[in-house]
Amino acid sequence: MTKSILFVGVGGQGIILASKILTEGLIKFGYDVKMSEVHGMAQRGGSVTTQVRFGEKVYSPLIGVGEADVLVAFEKVEAARWISYLKEGGSLVVNDYEIYSMPVLIGQEQYPQNTLDELKSKVENLKIFSAAEVAQDLGNIKTQNIVLLGALIKALGLENLDWEGVIKDNLPEKMQEINIKAIKAGMNI
Amino acid sequence: MRKIMSGDEAIARGAYEAGCTVAAAYPGTPSTEILENMAQYKEIYSEWSPNEKVAVEVACGASIAGARSICAMKHVGLNVAADPMFTMAYEGVNGGLIIVTADDPGMHSSQNEQDNRYYAPHAKVAMIEPSDSQECKDFVKYAFEISEKFDTVVLFRITTRIAHSKSIVELKERCEVGVKEYKKDVKKYVMIPAHSRVKHYEVEERLARLQNYSNNCPLNRIEWGDKKIGIITSGISYQYAKEVFGDSASYLKIGMSYPLPDKMIQKFAKAVDKVYIIEENDPYLETYVKSLGIECIGKEFIPICGELNPDIIRRALLPTEEKKSYSVDVKVPSRPPVLCPGCPHRGLFFAMSKYKDIIATSDIGCYTLGMMPPLNIADTVICMGASISAGVGFKKASEKAGRDSKVFGIIGDSTFFHSGITGLIDAVYNKAPMVTVILDNRITGMTGHQENPGTGKTLMGEDAPIIDIESIVKAVGVKEENIRIVDPYKLEETQRAVDDAYKATEPFVIITKQPCALIKEVQKRRANMYCKINDEKCKKCKACLRIGCPAIAFKNGKIVIDRSMCNGCTLCQQVCKFDAIEKVGE
Ligand SMILES: Cc1ncc(C[n+]2csc(CCOP(=O)(O)OP(=O)(O)O)c2C)c(N)n1
Repeated sequence: MTKSILFVGVGGQGIILASKILTEGLIKFGYDVKMSEVHGMAQRGGSVTTQVRFGEKVYSPLIGVGEADVLVAFEKVEAARWISYLKEGGSLVVNDYEIYSMPVLIGQEQYPQNTLDELKSKVENLKIFSAAEVAQDLGNIKTQNIVLLGALIKALGLENLDWEGVIKDNLPEKMQEINIKAIKAGMNI
Repeated sequence: MRKIMSGDEAIARGAYEAGCTVAAAYPGTPSTEILENMAQYKEIYSEWSPNEKVAVEVACGASIAGARSICAMKHVGLNVAADPMFTMAYEGVNGGLIIVTADDPGMHSSQNEQDNRYYAPHAKVAMIEPSDSQECKDFVKYAFEISEKFDTVVLFRITTRIAHSKSIVELKERCEVGVKEYKKDVKKYVMIPAHSRVKHYEVEERLARLQNYSNNCPLNRIEWGDKKIGIITSGISYQYAKEVFGDSASYLKIGMSYPLPDKMIQKFAKAVDKVYIIEENDPYLETYVKSLGIECIGKEFIPICGELNPDIIRRALLPTEEKKSYSVDVKVPSRPPVLCPGCPHRGLFFAMSKYKDIIATSDIGCYTLGMMPPLNIADTVICMGASISAGVGFKKASEKAGRDSKVFGIIGDSTFFHSGITGLIDAVYNKAPMVTVILDNRITGMTGHQENPGTGKTLMGEDAPIIDIESIVKAVGVKEENIRIVDPYKLEETQRAVDDAYKATEPFVIITKQPCALIKEVQKRRANMYCKINDEKCKKCKACLRIGCPAIAFKNGKIVIDRSMCNGCTLCQQVCKFDAIEKVGE
């Protein structure tokens, strides 16, 4: 069975690194994997997505509406924007974090206040927490993305694999310790 | 060894393994990472060329000299480079020659959705289309072999989802083929009419031989499954088709898409009940299949516009139930891309925004985002380099109509080197009293920081001469008194230059100089700088919001600056009339 994971957020939040580590891990554990990311124009503070699909044999790198087993939102209105991609019964991981877009900043549009309540009332399998706070407590706010990755791994039920080794294989030495802490903290939420 | 690689990385690896020795490109999403990755292989000379035409010509020269050569560009880049490609199609090659075109269905980062498969029949060159990263790598090797065996340029066509999707690739060692001997041969390499007339016959003969190869080569293959439906497809569409139909259909997977394998298509069509053509954008395969007299189903169900995906195919061709998902009752605000906090383009645009009657003929780069509210600086964007030349035309037409339009052409440094210089020559030569603003941020920003002729570094990391924009502007003939060089972080100075330009009656140039805020060294240098609001002094007039900086927000009744985003450019401080913004750090 192919599993599909959709990462959504805002350009500059470290989504690509989180999905890269996930992908490297899945390969190491023997899965066929395809991953698709968007570069260029969209990265300048726009809404961005990365898609990861894994299983025995994967054809399409793309995830359609109602097809994601897990949706990981690095920003909360992005969860609402992409929610239709989550399949019924799928898991939702939401970072309780706000980034205002330019139309909101200049008062042309409103930042909605009911996002989390709506998500809670509609989605059964969901986890909402502030990855920023968790990362801050660990001593480096920039590891938010890896905390979220940990929570995602838990949602996939893959927490028993050797993710510590994957981090060691993929990050420079001075970044390893803090990110191992971050991925574990994410798994324990 | 197995490694997960994007299509772009795999193409670079394929070139390396195939013994390629020269590679050239101008950046452009989604092709940029091909050359970025090529540079790690020291056996290959890799360069950023100032534009795609130059890149193709570099590769042509290297091929004639005997090297396996590759060049890469985004789809619109091939429009710029079409001229050398069409004549090189006549000359043929010495060392194998590949031109990679990376199309962008869905226009994730592009100004149009052109389908470059049509270039192959138009230029009469072979075309190859991989459908995942492994094929990207393997097909580059085939492409070099085809190029040398048939004496042809090979167009290597990928799309965004091939370029930027990652999948597993089996790596091999480099096969050293060396650089072949060069023998002078004017009938082959000097295309004067007398030689070209002969060559055209050879090109047509070559196509016939290539078609024969296409019918018998491993790049095109049939995968038999259920024969009720037969699907003809190529590239990423093959993956989508497999995802949707699995074994419930048979497939003719096209890897060599010009010349197309006529006999194979006929054989396949005969063996199945119904033929579907699954392809993204234009009916390229479909038109050909129909020309063979074969009935098929394609674009009446599968859209021409936009990117394809399995969902669209499923809905178009299969009776399916809607997939069950969720919806929430939240009014989601739009999130368009914006100029970054600390972007040096902002100061100039803010200064221009004082004048409501400026016509801004803009160009392609991060500064295109100046078009967004609240700055609203752009009336036109066409293609790279068109800012200045379209400005000349706008000005001339306005003069004829008796309108006193103030035309400002807006262009980035990389775009100026790419194709802006000729536009400026036109403005001076034909006396168009327009303003040209060159936004020099020392780098090719939009595509993710590639070196350019003004950067002082090459793709391979060597020091290089800095091509001086001001000297070019002077050499072109813009008078010294009509040139202003400003630091766009300094609003007063920038405003003065815009005011002078607005009043100018001769070709006028403003060059803004301040490096992109995202350059690593710049980030390091400014890491401790930021601006903050003094709440006691702040009158909440919101003047600072008018600069359109994503780090400044009006939240819970207060103006706040997000310290983690701010780089202390102080533009907001300079527009505040109440001294309510303070800068921290030096
Ligand atoms: C013919 C063509 N080649 C490449 C591109 C891709 N592209 C878009 S913007 C850009 C770079 C712009 O750099 P610069 O002019 O320095 O402006 P900046 O983004 O740094 O502000 C490139 C290469 C394109 N759109 N068209």
